Amino acid sequence: MRKTGFILASLAGLLMAGAAYAQTAIKIGVLNDRSGIYADISGEGSVVAAQMAADDFGKDKGIAVEIVSADHQNKPDVGSNIARQWYDTEGVDVIADVPTSSVALAVNDITKEKNKIFLVSGAASSDLTGKACSPNTVHWTYDTWALANGTGSAMVAAGGDTWFFLTADYAFGHALERDTAAVVEAAGGKVLDTVRHPFPGQDFSSFLLQAQGSGAKVIGLANAGGDTINAIKQASEFGITQGGQSLAGLLMFVNDVHALGLDVAQGLVLTESFYWDLNDQTRAWSAKFEDKTGKKPSMIQAGVYAAVLHYLKAVEAAGGKDPAAVMAKMKEMPTDDPLFGKGVVRADGRKVHEMYLFRVKKPDQSKGEWDLYETVATIPADKAFRPLTDGGCPLVK
Amino acid sequence: MFDLLGIPPQALFGQLLLGLINGSFYAMLSLGLAIIFGLLNIINFTHGAQYMMGAFVAWMLLNYLGIPYWGALILVPVIVGATGVVIERLLISRLYHLDHLYGLLLTFGLALIITGLFRNQYGISGLPYGMPSQLAGGQNLGFMFLPNYRGWVVLVSLVVCLGTWFVIEKTRLGAYLRAATENPTMVGAFGINVPRLITLTYGFGVALAAFAGVLAAPIYAVNPNMGADLIIVVFAVVVIGGMGSILGSIVTGFGLGLIEGLTRVFYPEGSAVVIFVIMAIVLLVKPAGLFGRAA
Repeated sequence: MRKTGFILASLAGLLMAGAAYAQTAIKIGVLNDRSGIYADISGEGSVVAAQMAADDFGKDKGIAVEIVSADHQNKPDVGSNIARQWYDTEGVDVIADVPTSSVALAVNDITKEKNKIFLVSGAASSDLTGKACSPNTVHWTYDTWALANGTGSAMVAAGGDTWFFLTADYAFGHALERDTAAVVEAAGGKVLDTVRHPFPGQDFSSFLLQAQGSGAKVIGLANAGGDTINAIKQASEFGITQGGQSLAGLLMFVNDVHALGLDVAQGLVLTESFYWDLNDQTRAWSAKFEDKTGKKPSMIQAGVYAAVLHYLKAVEAAGGKDPAAVMAKMKEMPTDDPLFGKGVVRADGRKVHEMYLFRVKKPDQSKGEWDLYETVATIPADKAFRPLTDGGCPLVK
Repeated sequence: MFDLLGIPPQALFGQLLLGLINGSFYAMLSLGLAIIFGLLNIINFTHGAQYMMGAFVAWMLLNYLGIPYWGALILVPVIVGATGVVIERLLISRLYHLDHLYGLLLTFGLALIITGLFRNQYGISGLPYGMPSQLAGGQNLGFMFLPNYRGWVVLVSLVVCLGTWFVIEKTRLGAYLRAATENPTMVGAFGINVPRLITLTYGFGVALAAFAGVLAAPIYAVNPNMGADLIIVVFAVVVIGGMGSILGSIVTGFGLGLIEGLTRVFYPEGSAVVIFVIMAIVLLVKPAGLFGRAA
């Protein structure tokens, strides 16, 4: 009895060793905000999206994918510690998502130092493919330049040529404000004033009053999540939009609009790279996502899915997980997925695809809880992101 | 037209008024904390979560039962206050003979659990809660546009705060309460049910937090973290006013709202820390707080 047991165990051991030999084992760490203000737009939904990418990629290609996750609490020190621990002791090959630009910039450096791969979806700062660009980083979903370019130019074109910025006082807010101000000024507009509020904030009425007093035609909200929601809710209360000033939510997600309700949010113009109701493919994927999470996906979660899928294809094409070889394949192979369509990853790590300018529907136009946007314009891929040579990325020769 | 430090006076008046409005939330929340600490000697860290529950229960009443804002204003404090009574009876009442620290740990843990449950159920982005139509719109005061709703908030919170102060300091019930905290055995010997008095006091403190939550729902994002964002500031208010001082918490609440409002004009980046700077200074100069009595 004992002998048979021993033989069986050895056989099992042999089989397992054989399997490990034939397979490339990949460990993907989804690092994001799981309890704070960005938990709905990234959080567990991004983990689900990464797992969906692994499942859709298929188990028959000799690549075994394991997904792990952690909460960086929007703190660069916490995020850095997790990233180091994952890379040093837990065998993580790829870190994905990472909203909050200050955390993403820290993980960007660590990933380069450890020679692993960083797939950014959640973070916004365009510095990730600009002066802080790295040969180990791909920035997938959107960035501050693309948002500024989409919403900023649309507002100026509609006559909003004087601006007042309400900016979240950290790396992301500063980057978004800087990029939008550049777009506004290039289009002939003028920035009258800026106020930087603590992050996260609760009461914005004082800042809104300053914005009202400035007489600017557009109040640019260079913040995100709960901060944007609070600011818009209170702007409506203080009669800012009724007074003829427009609000520009420079970074808004479908979840934010859902939380605001159409009564308050109607008419807002915003830029996103993904919306669940764009076409049949996005609707089908989003329905699957909703089955698992109970919510429609944000563009960040869609971006995690698409980035992980493209990464796995690159691993397959490279025949292994060597970071340099995989990164070369990711940049060489055109991207193609059901959510963002066809695109490319540029030399600076920037993924380019179309961006969309949406307007929030009026309550009577909406046919369901998540029927929130109408498409105003599609910004073609070659116009949607900062030109390759303008970012100051040392990788671009 | 004269300018004050580069700010036109109209803008300054506006900012002072806004500070007063924020101060009314601080005052109402710190009042509840002060009552609970003053009479129960419990540092109620669940207060922020109970404020959040107030806003969420208002949303639930509206969406599940169709009860609008005005009904919620009455019902929510009762419902959330009742949960407070249950918590006091089941958990907190077991800690009165222990050090403050245990009460703090228990209520902090409860706050995390409650916040976690709501986050799990409703997500973090929050829920929409509309403004009651009777209070929509606003008045043009010349120097600023004052939304009717904000005026209502200041008015109601002043009434509630002063009413509470009156009951505790000037009525027979308040006298029982104060006596019970000084010497529970003696008051019990006079035939007064001291444990019930204390339970109801906790329930009332919680109801105040829930009431503030309902008031906040139409103007702040209704999300599970709304209390956590506010509670630290409110604790600072209580410390500055003097732990357990009823009048101190009311005056400091409004006063700090004003100071915070001014900071938002002159140095917005510092508005998140100004209250803590003041707290540090007060603790150095007058450790018992502005209105507190030295132990």
